[in-house]
Amino acid sequence: MLRFVLKAVARGLASLGAVGHLLADMVRGLRDVDVWPRLTVVQMRRVGVDSLPIALFIATFTGIVLSLQASYTFTGAVPLYFVGTAVGKSIMLELGPVLTGLALAGRVGANIAAELGTMKVTEQVDALETLAYNPSSYLVAPRVLAATVMFPLVVAVAVAVGVGSGLVAAVNLLELTTVEFVRGLRLFYQFKDVWFGLLKSMSFGFAIALIGCYCGLGVRRGAEEVGRATTRAVVLGAQLILVLDAFWAILLL
Amino acid sequence: MIAFRAVHKGFAATPVLEGFSLEIPDGETTVIIGYSGTGKSVALKLIVGLLEPDAGGVEVDGQLVHTLDRDALRGLRASIGFVFQFAALFDSMTVAENLALGLRRQGLADGEIAERTTEALELVGLADSQERYPAELSGGMRKRVGIARAIALRPRYILYDEPTTGLDPVTAAVMDQLMVRTREAYGVTSVVVTHDMRSAYTVGDRIAMLYRGTIRQVGTVDEIRHSHDAVVRQFIEGRPEAAADADRVAGARA
Ligand SMILES: Nc1ncnc2c1ncn2[C@@H]1O[C@H](COP(=O)(O)OP(=O)(O)O)[C@@H](O)[C@H]1O
Ligand SMILES: [Mg+2]
Repeated sequence: MLRFVLKAVARGLASLGAVGHLLADMVRGLRDVDVWPRLTVVQMRRVGVDSLPIALFIATFTGIVLSLQASYTFTGAVPLYFVGTAVGKSIMLELGPVLTGLALAGRVGANIAAELGTMKVTEQVDALETLAYNPSSYLVAPRVLAATVMFPLVVAVAVAVGVGSGLVAAVNLLELTTVEFVRGLRLFYQFKDVWFGLLKSMSFGFAIALIGCYCGLGVRRGAEEVGRATTRAVVLGAQLILVLDAFWAILLL
Repeated sequence: MIAFRAVHKGFAATPVLEGFSLEIPDGETTVIIGYSGTGKSVALKLIVGLLEPDAGGVEVDGQLVHTLDRDALRGLRASIGFVFQFAALFDSMTVAENLALGLRRQGLADGEIAERTTEALELVGLADSQERYPAELSGGMRKRVGIARAIALRPRYILYDEPTTGLDPVTAAVMDQLMVRTREAYGVTSVVVTHDMRSAYTVGDRIAMLYRGTIRQVGTVDEIRHSHDAVVRQFIEGRPEAAADADRVAGARA
């Protein structure tokens, strides 16, 4: 048992080292300023298009559920306008970034791993290198930077939509007016609620894309391995999000 | 000049190259023949630093490839064209973009890039396919684009990995013709990896046989064609019972 745990820890540390190596390579690759900026813009558009619909879908329903659950929990003991507080706080601080992040681990992370894995097995990555390109600046940097920049934007939109749908649900399904909901929303609002959520989202985007690149470029041969790498990117990405989430809470709250 | 100096390379516990030494004279076409899985592709990848040797090294123009820093390696790669076995075209780009990518990296102006792209595609007979995507091309056409991508760089060396494998005889002959023409047009030094003897005899000046991690015999086309070495004879004549025999010998060693 102990041996098993030790082995797992050793393996985890080794992958962590490999990811760190990839990251260091990427940072060094940023010297190629004639390569990555143009590609980053392309990737930003892709991340946005890939993730906005699913992020909005999740936010809409989360807002509704939060509204109803808050009112159910308060059962008259707490003034109903606190529904606005509950919805706003939970979406901005936690559910917006984390639920969106988890969904995007499945979309963006999986996409990156599958794409780079396929490029690896078809020797396109080797071909890039023989054409004197550095895969770190041509493939990794644009994807990681794009996700780091785009995730907060996507989450910001999701938060707005989630709060909006919470408001609509409160007004239509509960006995609450828009004015009361907004009063609740503003009651304990701090600017930190916003930047904390967006900072988290940045770290999620960064982690998901980096893990996707790591899993994709780790593929050696065969379509089967591409499939495995994709699954791995999703699982690792989701785990990292939860760990980072706890990390930021401990550090900043 | 490209020179393998006692190169050792293995993966995990499996040795692939074991003291592989070979000199590739400038201006000639050297063909490396050998059974599948003997490490021919590994040898080519060592030349451009896609793999690193465990011991020994590959010299290109007097520089040991695996000791070069990033910038020097980039310069070296710019002088070597690599033609991959399955073409390795970028499937998200058109044919023209595939060719332009390497040229842009060398800092050429757009006009010059367009010119060179057209010229290289004309040489391989695909001038009208510039705007098509790799998925829309046949295997043979893709390989020709792969060659065009290498030629467009005007490299001093071109490395071909199994250029005729998997092609019908006529398309294979077209590839041979292309390699010969490329050498005549640009005077490049070529290394061709293949197990297609007809192709080896057509394009080669010299032939080297890789066997069990090292060079079994190297010589002119005529010397290899009339080799007295049993292993070389088995291979170039493609005798099945001989190959099976060779397997048994290899198995006994393992
Ligand atoms: N990147 C790699 N990782 C692990 N093993 C490899 C790798 N590349 C090649 N090999 C192994 O090295 C041996 C030689 O491969 P290769 O050079 O592709 O043979 P061939 O002569 O057919 O081109 C094979 O056994 C292959 O499995
Ligand atoms: Mg091969």
